Amino acid sequence: MKRSWYASPYALWMVLFTVVPLLFVCWYAFTTPSGAFTLDNFSKIAQPMYLLVLWDSLRLALYCTALCLLIGYPTAYFLASRDFSRAQSLVVLIIVPMWMNFLLRTYAMMTLLEDNGVLNTLMRAMGLPGMKMIGTEGAVVLGMVYNYLPFMVLPIYTVLKKMDYSVIEAAQDLGCNPLQVVSRVVLPMSIPGVVSGITMVFMPAVTTFSISRLLSSGMVYLVGDMIEDYFISMNNRNVGSSISLVMLVLIILSIGFLRKVDPDSEGGGLW
Amino acid sequence: MVRTHRAKALKGAYLALVLAFLYIPIVIMIALSFNKSVSRAEWTGFTLDWYAKLFQSKQIMAALRVTLEVAVLATAVSTVIGTLGAIGMQAMNTGMANVLVNMSYLPMTTPDIVTGVSLMLMFVFTKVPMGKWTMLMAHIAFDTPYVLFSVMPKLRQMNPNLYEAALDLGCSPLQALYKVILPEISPGIVTGALLAFTMSLDDFVISYFTSNTDQNLAMIVYSAARRGVEPTMYALSTLMFVAIMALLLAVNRRSGLENI
Repeated sequence: MKRSWYASPYALWMVLFTVVPLLFVCWYAFTTPSGAFTLDNFSKIAQPMYLLVLWDSLRLALYCTALCLLIGYPTAYFLASRDFSRAQSLVVLIIVPMWMNFLLRTYAMMTLLEDNGVLNTLMRAMGLPGMKMIGTEGAVVLGMVYNYLPFMVLPIYTVLKKMDYSVIEAAQDLGCNPLQVVSRVVLPMSIPGVVSGITMVFMPAVTTFSISRLLSSGMVYLVGDMIEDYFISMNNRNVGSSISLVMLVLIILSIGFLRKVDPDSEGGGLW
Repeated sequence: MVRTHRAKALKGAYLALVLAFLYIPIVIMIALSFNKSVSRAEWTGFTLDWYAKLFQSKQIMAALRVTLEVAVLATAVSTVIGTLGAIGMQAMNTGMANVLVNMSYLPMTTPDIVTGVSLMLMFVFTKVPMGKWTMLMAHIAFDTPYVLFSVMPKLRQMNPNLYEAALDLGCSPLQALYKVILPEISPGIVTGALLAFTMSLDDFVISYFTSNTDQNLAMIVYSAARRGVEPTMYALSTLMFVAIMALLLAVNRRSGLENI
């Protein structure tokens, strides 16, 4: 038996359980429940109501990505600077929550933000009026940032860590002030990390469904929630498939776009 | 000198804030799992009641069983076919191997929710009853690439002549496989298996769409969370957190977390 045949069970499994199911999505997206060809599923989701949901998902995912970048870049930069002797263990501490089930993390966030939750109790104890947090877009974005921040820090840190430190020294010797060192040397060199960080945060943020549902008790409705509803409670798999297909195409296009911005990045590998 | 000192302190404070943001919710949740009161607002004393309740709940114990069964079986199957896949792909011509590698990226780039509904469509269409067996098939599909990508680098590091030498010295191909190749790549296999186990234990989205009759622990957490917060869920979350941490420490000992 030739050695390449060892890969056949693997190939068979991947075709059967990843490629074929995706073909089913395409097929359902273009058919009626009785199996006839149609484009109605797509014209249905071109209505304002659906486009608004799509827009909300993109908007909140963008907020989340921007915040993660804003908080995560300095985090990665400080971790990669040579100031901390135990930076390695700090990095592990940042990564560890990434591996905790996202439902548990979201559940922990719920505990903090609820009307009778930890934060409101603390505020009342200090004589401040309580605040409505669950159910707002802010709570959903906070929950997403909480879940995805490590995915931004890690790739940027990896790139900055590999950077040749003498380049920074050279920039300083040649008269850059600290701000110029960052903006002219560090930032441009870290673009690959930023690109894969953006991919790793934005993609899951656009497609999340449980985070919005749990942190907004249904007030914030995103594409993921809509797909869940079409498949689970409304049992309209054809429209559900067309939404999934549109989302998949959007994601493949944006990965392609990010690859163009930075052809060398290994972005989007892990989530 | 003073300035760099102050800059370092500021950087340290910033990192401390980020870590606090990441950990305070988890720590609060763990603390509340030991709180007597059902309310999150007050601490009325230490108790292990929620843990006792957890172990008395038939539903949660059933979910624990499903989670472990699926994780163990999915790890076993994906470790075998993933390792064989990596060995086979190394012997292939590059065109064919590239097709397979790209196919392995597919479950990693497809959003979980799309992977979940795509499998659901296939199971609905073929009228396969959706329970832990369909969940298992789905888990094998997303676990196997992790095994493959852990084993492939080890194979590349290996001296390719070793296999040929074993054959020349009279090994059958099968003997060469388990006497020469497998021992060389075993660290990669173990890392891959641990990763696969963690992924399977941790999965919610894909399981949610591929199983109706059986629930895993993450599905229980989701349905409980939709009803509101319950202290037994804090206890469950704490135990799941500890389990995942223990597994990760095991993986980290082998390979260093950052390299995953």
